[in-house]
Amino acid sequence: MQEVKEEVVVVSIKNVSYNYGHSSSSSFALDNISFNVNAGDIIGIIGPNGAGKSTLFRCMLGLVDDYRGDITIFGTNIKKSKKPLQKIGYIPQQRLIDQNFPATVQEIVSLGIDGRNMRRSKEEIISAIKVVELEDLKDRRIGELSGGQQQRVLIAKALINDAKLLILDEPTTSVDVETQNKFYSLLKKLNQKNQVTIIWSSHDLDAINKVANKLACINRTMFFHGDTHEFFASSELLKMYSESIMQAHMHAHTNQKKLNNNNYPSFNVDH
Amino acid sequence: MVFDQMVFEILQFGFMQRALISGIAVAVSCSVIGLFLVLRKQSLYGDALSHVAFGGIAIGLFTNVYPIWTAFAVSILASLGITKLKESTKIPGDSAVAVLLSAGLATGVVLIGLSGGFSLDLYSFLFGSILLINYNDQLMIVILTFVILVVMYNMSRKFIYIAFDEEQAKVSGIDVAKLNYLFIVLASVTVITSVRLVGVLLISSLIVIPNITAMMFGKGFKKTLLISIFIAVLSVVVGIVISYIMNLAPGGTIVIISVGVFLAVISIKYSLRIIKGEKERQRKQVSTINR
Repeated sequence: MQEVKEEVVVVSIKNVSYNYGHSSSSSFALDNISFNVNAGDIIGIIGPNGAGKSTLFRCMLGLVDDYRGDITIFGTNIKKSKKPLQKIGYIPQQRLIDQNFPATVQEIVSLGIDGRNMRRSKEEIISAIKVVELEDLKDRRIGELSGGQQQRVLIAKALINDAKLLILDEPTTSVDVETQNKFYSLLKKLNQKNQVTIIWSSHDLDAINKVANKLACINRTMFFHGDTHEFFASSELLKMYSESIMQAHMHAHTNQKKLNNNNYPSFNVDH
Repeated sequence: MVFDQMVFEILQFGFMQRALISGIAVAVSCSVIGLFLVLRKQSLYGDALSHVAFGGIAIGLFTNVYPIWTAFAVSILASLGITKLKESTKIPGDSAVAVLLSAGLATGVVLIGLSGGFSLDLYSFLFGSILLINYNDQLMIVILTFVILVVMYNMSRKFIYIAFDEEQAKVSGIDVAKLNYLFIVLASVTVITSVRLVGVLLISSLIVIPNITAMMFGKGFKKTLLISIFIAVLSVVVGIVISYIMNLAPGGTIVIISVGVFLAVISIKYSLRIIKGEKERQRKQVSTINR
């Protein structure tokens, strides 16, 4: 008889809706989103710009509280307690870190330590830096590193806190292909060796296909949730996804035109 | 030998001992608080708080209450109020600074007008009067500096995290809103304890200049902080001694010395960069010829 492996739900998102400004239902940034993430999953979150991926992450991270529905992380509803958030490693969209910010890689990684003795944790810091293969740069200022290296430092910061869940919001935007591939290998390594569950939003479908075992596609509403290969094997789903991307582009373009024609001062030149 | 004798002579005076002890304490607290203000891109907060302190001092002079106490009360209340306003209305930080700064200055100007114009007391608060510090002032400065340093030491990891990325700090479980209030109160206390040293108008320079100078060394957080403290203490001690010997205004002298150190570090840094670039160019030339 085949043994059925019991799946442990790490994140449960149930009927989550959110609208900015609480106005009409047409302005919902998220509309009735539901899905689960199991322990050991790498789940890719895809959707066009403005689909609500970052908003969903903000809800999951407790940065937004006034959503409808329930988000349970490690068995606790995060509206009732923020404690489970401390077990999450969050890597935000890449941003420019001030080159003069006076903190070395080691110092940034040590920010992940909570309530432990810094001296005792020195070895742990170094080993976390080794996992992301930045030991040669441990004494360099974080602002002097490349974008991809900075993202790896943030992962090391999450690892030092024994994060069992990583949430990454488009972590490799504007990073070269080689660095992206290194980053994806690192995600796989963390998932397989360190048993870290990963929720990762991206526009890179090829990378999602290679790295993630599960996929959730949202466009304000839930579009698809299931196995990655199931999504990529269905030409109909891929076509629907491409159409939603096109629509999002058209929507953004129309809005920009409206802004330009609305007597607002604009620096855009219409050719 | 003459210099040794002069220093020995200076240290004989009680007022100089008090000036040096208070000055060193203020230099340390300004460096510590200032580094976080600079990292949070709130360098001008020091300026705004000092102008509010000016309003508080004017209230003290007008009501015949010891001006430092009224300055404490007004600064802390105003800084907490502006932090709350910034949070609830989402107005940009620099606009909040502008509101704070002009409100403090306006209050001061109106009350001074009502109380009969500028007095010697007010001048000493505007431009500093470190040589007039009495034992009680010195005790207050040392105790408050000690309290500021203890709180900052215990909270340093959290404050660095917030300065690095407020959102990530929130996710990691840090109560950012509460700590922002705590920090602004500590910054207000630091500014008021420094009023006696360099005066309302020059405080922000003591908060900002040693830190931006230290940041040019390209070191990590701890080393940057130590360099900043060293520069601030050096500027204060040398400033007090020179101002005594040459009969100059101590507040201004201290700031001029810290600006001097800043310019010296910039010059050395750029000279070294030019020399390094020249060496690199020569090395490339040699390797091209050898090929």
